[in-house]
Amino acid sequence: MGVIGQHLLNGMMQGTIYGLVAMGFTIFFGVMNVIKFSHGDVLTLGAFGGLVAVWATHSLGLSVPSQFIAAFAAAMLLSAVAGAGISHFLIMPLRNAPPLNMLLMTMMVGTVLREAIRLFFPNGTNPQRFPELLPSGGFDIGSSFFRTDALILIVAGIASIGVVYWIINRTKFGLAMRAVAEDVETARTMGINFARVIPLTFALGSITAGFAGTIYGLYYSEINYGMGLLLAVIGFTAAIVGGLGNIWGAIIGGYLFAGLQTFVVAAIPSMSDYKNVFAFVLIIMLITWRPTGLLAERGSERV
Amino acid sequence: MSKLSPSHKTVPVWPLIAAVAFAAAALTTLVLIENQKILGLALAGIAAICFAAARFGGVTAAETAASENPWLLRGLILIAALAVLFVLRDDNFGLLMVATVLIYATVCIGLTIQMGYAGLTNFAAAAFVGTGGYTAAMLGQKGGLPDPLVLISGGLIAVLIGSLLILPVLRTRGHYAALTTLAFGVMFNVFLDANELLGGPQGLKIPGINLFGWDFSSDLHILGFTFSFYVNYVILTGVLTALAMILAGLLDKSWIGVWLDVVRLDETAASVFGLKIGYWKILAFTLGNFLAGVMGAVYAKMTGFIAPSNFTFGDSLVMVSIVILGGIGNRWGVLPAALIVVLLPEKLQFIQEYRLLLYAILVIVILIVRPDGFVARRVRALRMEARS
Repeated sequence: MGVIGQHLLNGMMQGTIYGLVAMGFTIFFGVMNVIKFSHGDVLTLGAFGGLVAVWATHSLGLSVPSQFIAAFAAAMLLSAVAGAGISHFLIMPLRNAPPLNMLLMTMMVGTVLREAIRLFFPNGTNPQRFPELLPSGGFDIGSSFFRTDALILIVAGIASIGVVYWIINRTKFGLAMRAVAEDVETARTMGINFARVIPLTFALGSITAGFAGTIYGLYYSEINYGMGLLLAVIGFTAAIVGGLGNIWGAIIGGYLFAGLQTFVVAAIPSMSDYKNVFAFVLIIMLITWRPTGLLAERGSERV
Repeated sequence: MSKLSPSHKTVPVWPLIAAVAFAAAALTTLVLIENQKILGLALAGIAAICFAAARFGGVTAAETAASENPWLLRGLILIAALAVLFVLRDDNFGLLMVATVLIYATVCIGLTIQMGYAGLTNFAAAAFVGTGGYTAAMLGQKGGLPDPLVLISGGLIAVLIGSLLILPVLRTRGHYAALTTLAFGVMFNVFLDANELLGGPQGLKIPGINLFGWDFSSDLHILGFTFSFYVNYVILTGVLTALAMILAGLLDKSWIGVWLDVVRLDETAASVFGLKIGYWKILAFTLGNFLAGVMGAVYAKMTGFIAPSNFTFGDSLVMVSIVILGGIGNRWGVLPAALIVVLLPEKLQFIQEYRLLLYAILVIVILIVRPDGFVARRVRALRMEARS
């Protein structure tokens, strides 16, 4: 019983991270019809930014809570700038190119970010220890042990999903974003500044990535230059399974993928090395069964 | 049909001869030069000549001559290949690189059939190459099976594994299809890493090739010249590349090529005209995977050692970028693209660990500057006069 609680918590944590990443994918796709594969590496960039901020505030002798805030602020700021920059300088010029070119281009942008971190971050090839900024204790419910920091991070992650949802559906900027997603030309004739909405949208999606990256660092106490690649593949998978362009779909997809992984680890511990294999097999089967995702993409293909 | 073709005036053949000679000379120079400064100069020179040739119609002239005299082209390529082999006869590393370029090129011809002709997305090419490689390794450990059959089994197992993906690939489109192959590629790698039977992360050793008593691991002595044993592999990979090239050419020129174009460009129109979309997609997917599997087996046999790190998602990405850089759907473009993508990072030592970074930047720049690739695919010219 105690183990199940552990798995549940771990699965929730991973699902929250995957959901946050998948949300970025789905936002970008909804607005620009592109898959921005560098998203995972923007996340890594954010996490490293957060790490540097912790180092800086720590050496200045600031308190732990302010280090915590600095980590998130730096991660979100850095990833927002990176996301907006990539959209403005690389994605916009290519937006009329074939989707395959765009996919390859963003994959290469991701490679550039990944390699840049590996080469130019001090000792970047090796995993970096992420300092523990949250209370390390925990408490027992029944026979299960719950880490306090994990609970805080899960609550923070879910809250941030809520905030993004609120921005998209309840603010003026969100309205502009949805208008652009619906129909670029009409949105422009209605006076929406297309050239500003797009980078801001990418910044918003990337902020969630930076946020998720910092959560990842705090939870696993370790970050490395390559962590974004698998997270991007999983986030993309989650967004696809949920149905591209659908926020709820992305979040469901994220938790579903984490659930599959956790299920494999919990049910057959000897096969835990194969957890991603099983998860991907099931996802491929799922996508074969529902070729446009669980919650079908809006305005699906017309003949 | 060629007799009826409207171009009665004779086309000069010298641009074609010059082009093949230039390609052979460029290849040899790039492989042989070690000095980084001279290499840089040579690269600049080659780029300048290519640019000038494209600017002043040389490329078009060579292409016309090639399409008018296909047998002259084949003969010239054979002569050029023999000349290159003779010059590089004792340069082990150079020959290994040439063979590697040819392996990549052949896999990418398979990808061209899948992505360029049929419009299927495949981000798992390295996984199919790996399937072939691991098949060769496992069969090599068991022993007994003659090597030609080992290479073919590599292809067949890749087809078999690929057939598991046929249903998802047929049912999904666009980004959803990209996901199925991408997930498969990543999954394949995770599986290899975890599987003890297949050597885990340490990989497997494989004995070299022996074709009907022709031992690939010993040097050749012909007319008093000693040829490194890698010459064997260059010949084998060269022959396979040529066969794949001919296969892709026949596909492209036949009605199948036209049907694949229709399937790629407009599925609705294709089914209105009674084409079995699924059938042609399966054909293209299977052919491409077969080529990847065979070349994987050759690669494993040549290097004598394979590990999961040889077949990562990054390698699939390299193969897709070769296809796109060459000009998607143009099988000839694959050759220069494979040469640049595979050879340059090996040769430019000063970029060593920065090579992936610079390579990624290069691809981004080319995608922005030349979105159609080096040699864009020509729109199919229907010779109405010839058929009437």
